[in-house]
Amino acid sequence: MSTAIAHPGNPHDEHYPGGLMRWLTTTNHKDIGTMYLTFALMMFFVGGLMILAVRAELFQPGLQLMKPEFFNQLIGVHALVMIFAALMPAATGFANWMIPLMIGAPDMALPRLNNWGFWLLPPAAILLTMPFTLALFGIGDGAIATGWTFYAPLSVQGGMGVDFAILAVHILGISSIMGSINIIVTIFNMRAPGMTMMKLPLFAWGWLITAFLLIATLPVLAGAVTMLLTDRHFGTHFFNAAGGGDPILFQHLFWFFGHPEVYILLLPVWGLMPHVLSTFSRKPTYGYTAQVYSFIAIGVLSVVVWAHHIFTSGMPIPALVYFMFSTMSISIPLAVLFFCWIATMWRGAMTFETPMLFAIGFIVLFGIAGLTGLVLADVAADAQYHHSYFVVAHFHYALFAGGIMGVITGVYYWLPKWTGHMYSEKLGKLHFWLTVIAFNLTFIPQFFLGLAGMPRRIPDYALQFAEFNAISTIGAFILGFSQLIFAYNIWCCVRGGTKVEARVWEGAEGLEWELSSPPPHHSWEIPPVIR
Amino acid sequence: MIIRVPARRPAAVSTARQMRSWAFLLPAASTLIAHEASASFNFNFPEPVTPIARETLAIHNEFMLIITILFVVVFAIMIYSMIRHRKRPGYEAATFSAPSNRLQWFWVLLPFAILLFIDFILMGIPAVKAIVVMEDTKTKADMVLKVTGMQWKWQYEYPESGIKFISTLATPRDQINNAEAKGEHYLLEVDNPVVLPVGKKVRVLLTSTDVIHTWWVPQFGVKRDAVPGFLRETWVKIDKPGIYRGQCAELCGKEHGFMPVVVHAVPEEEFIAWQDTQKAKIASAASSADRTWSKDELMAAGKAVYEKQCAMCHQPEGQGLPPTFPALAGSKVVNTPLLSAEGKVVTDTHVDRVMNGKPGTPMQAFRNTLSDTDLAAVITFERNSFGNQRGDMIQPAQIKALRQEGSKP
Repeated sequence: MSTAIAHPGNPHDEHYPGGLMRWLTTTNHKDIGTMYLTFALMMFFVGGLMILAVRAELFQPGLQLMKPEFFNQLIGVHALVMIFAALMPAATGFANWMIPLMIGAPDMALPRLNNWGFWLLPPAAILLTMPFTLALFGIGDGAIATGWTFYAPLSVQGGMGVDFAILAVHILGISSIMGSINIIVTIFNMRAPGMTMMKLPLFAWGWLITAFLLIATLPVLAGAVTMLLTDRHFGTHFFNAAGGGDPILFQHLFWFFGHPEVYILLLPVWGLMPHVLSTFSRKPTYGYTAQVYSFIAIGVLSVVVWAHHIFTSGMPIPALVYFMFSTMSISIPLAVLFFCWIATMWRGAMTFETPMLFAIGFIVLFGIAGLTGLVLADVAADAQYHHSYFVVAHFHYALFAGGIMGVITGVYYWLPKWTGHMYSEKLGKLHFWLTVIAFNLTFIPQFFLGLAGMPRRIPDYALQFAEFNAISTIGAFILGFSQLIFAYNIWCCVRGGTKVEARVWEGAEGLEWELSSPPPHHSWEIPPVIR
Repeated sequence: MIIRVPARRPAAVSTARQMRSWAFLLPAASTLIAHEASASFNFNFPEPVTPIARETLAIHNEFMLIITILFVVVFAIMIYSMIRHRKRPGYEAATFSAPSNRLQWFWVLLPFAILLFIDFILMGIPAVKAIVVMEDTKTKADMVLKVTGMQWKWQYEYPESGIKFISTLATPRDQINNAEAKGEHYLLEVDNPVVLPVGKKVRVLLTSTDVIHTWWVPQFGVKRDAVPGFLRETWVKIDKPGIYRGQCAELCGKEHGFMPVVVHAVPEEEFIAWQDTQKAKIASAASSADRTWSKDELMAAGKAVYEKQCAMCHQPEGQGLPPTFPALAGSKVVNTPLLSAEGKVVTDTHVDRVMNGKPGTPMQAFRNTLSDTDLAAVITFERNSFGNQRGDMIQPAQIKALRQEGSKP
């Protein structure tokens, strides 16, 4: 049997309710994927607006625009929105759209669960941001003001914004766990005949490890915030030293989730990269097996290194040494990935369309995140970097240049497949160059601010930090507004444009490129056979 | 104006045109340079003044060099590939996807051998040495400094000499709110700096009364959390006299950005002299607690204490920032009787709240941080200000007596 089976073309296939009901009741993986991606894009702008307000306040020393308590709310909710409501849903949207197409499955294994997983997100996002609105009407004192880390006892002391955030995190966690179960079940059971695990596309492998990490760590976060909730309202003393508890316990529980979370955000992107690089280099992926084992190694290592986030809270020397070296050893599998990405490009026949540009931008800038991460693992130097702007710059290189730019790569790469139209290459390239330049303009000064001694999460700063902060704010505004080009480009591409072939890109390989663009509402009803 | 561009420009013209196009950038560039001359662009750690900070700076510089070399080498290879391996007519992409012979395996495994060497030997050995230096709190220290973080000030205590004081931000609110020009040490200045002798090993013990704070002085290379209910320790041995400034580094609530650390490092003789004046001050404060104060004296002293310790949350006019920080004007708690008929503290009264705080809120137990006189003065002040007209007062001696019997209701 050929891998390129034409769709049977039954007219009843395209049957679904029209209007709002289509989206409320849909169990189709493509519709749900679209909703996840749309939601993520919207929340990306919500989180972006919050941080632009923060950067505007930090443009000059002194308090100009807001009170410190509102500043603290913005930084925390910015992080929670970007992580839980923008990056994670975007990755889940990719998984929904692409995994069934890539592995030759007609849909996700658990379609109703899939629908529910998505529709939990909007209420959670509303819960997270509602306290801002309530405060306008004089109810409560605004959103969570502890930063996204919820550190006790500050969060025990906080207002009702903390309760809202705890409930929102619970709901988002349930949604993520359901999505993860769905992805694992789909990958294990619904692969096309002949697709062994070691023929599984790397994107699916990246997501498989992500899904296991989510299931392993989210319950720990849920437990930690529940303990926080009972400390706040029901008289327990998990994190209260006066009652025999320990505030540091919360940090351990939080980072047991929080560190794998970084890889949860990055593994889907690492899975996507080889597809893009191999397509635009017109050359097979280098080191497939090595990349699979690196994903697994990173997944395992990510749950045993958490305490490098809390070196300054005091630990015995053996613990410091252990967490330092275990963190450093992540550099080995990560270097394998970098090696494979560059080796995939090596002696290929490269062209530089927008997805390829973003992929290369991702590799270089994420390289900076990886290398500064290696330095941050060092305990003594970490004492200087920790909770300074150096760390802020580092994790934005990881999560913006690594996470968001990876997601943008995927959107440009697959958008023609999803819509059947080509996006504007000109706008795409403009978007790329503005993003890369503005991103570096924003975050390179923050490295120097951190080294000079500026702590993070402060609404006002000493005069010696003024110049770099001004530059950083200008960069942030260019960065923020240039993302509107992205939204506009997507909008135009959805509305119309040059029609594209099934195999959108010359060098694209894989089952997803055998289907028409856009794929039919129901695809792979007869599974392709892989030989 | 229309500029005619000749089809083939002579080289000289094109240079002149280039110069003209650059010329308009000159004013912009010169303002930038003028600005830079006055601006402070620091690209590395500030000058280290303790053994830990020197060690940290040395490994930081070494590591930055290593990662810069790694970055340049790896991406030079990638950029070379991006230039050489483009799609062009007559050029076929290779098809390899894994190493295929021993030589290739050697070249593939070599970078990882180098990386392992860098991680665990080149970076690992100095890093472990630095940890041992940093955690060297077990060898004998010359003196102890106890640092207590509280929202949003630091309390410093010298257990050997009994000196204890609170250090708060000295920058006026008007500077923060842009109503007046900002001073040189904007946000990095305090009323009572901590004073330490140079050349002595000081063991620093840290704790907190409310949430987690982090004591950080960049030039000491020291950053350590102050955790409520636990003691953490670190040490400093300052090489040279000077004023060293730092900040709280752990988000601790609304005034997190406004609790600086300022350390005056002085020669030992000067430190001993400073200690003696501090001790004399404590003695005179203790004796003043025994005399009877007039209401006017208490009100004046109370106003000063209020502005330093209370106004940050309860606001200068006592209006508070509800719901987190209740108003004192017309407050139910303030407007309770002072003491019970037997002269005891009653639960949830004004005296109880000020002395013992309210657990689970930023309201701390000021019993631990304020003197008898300050407590009496601020309580008296609050009861007779912001429209509160209790008319009564409490004497420092009464607070002293309450404190001795535990001051708990």
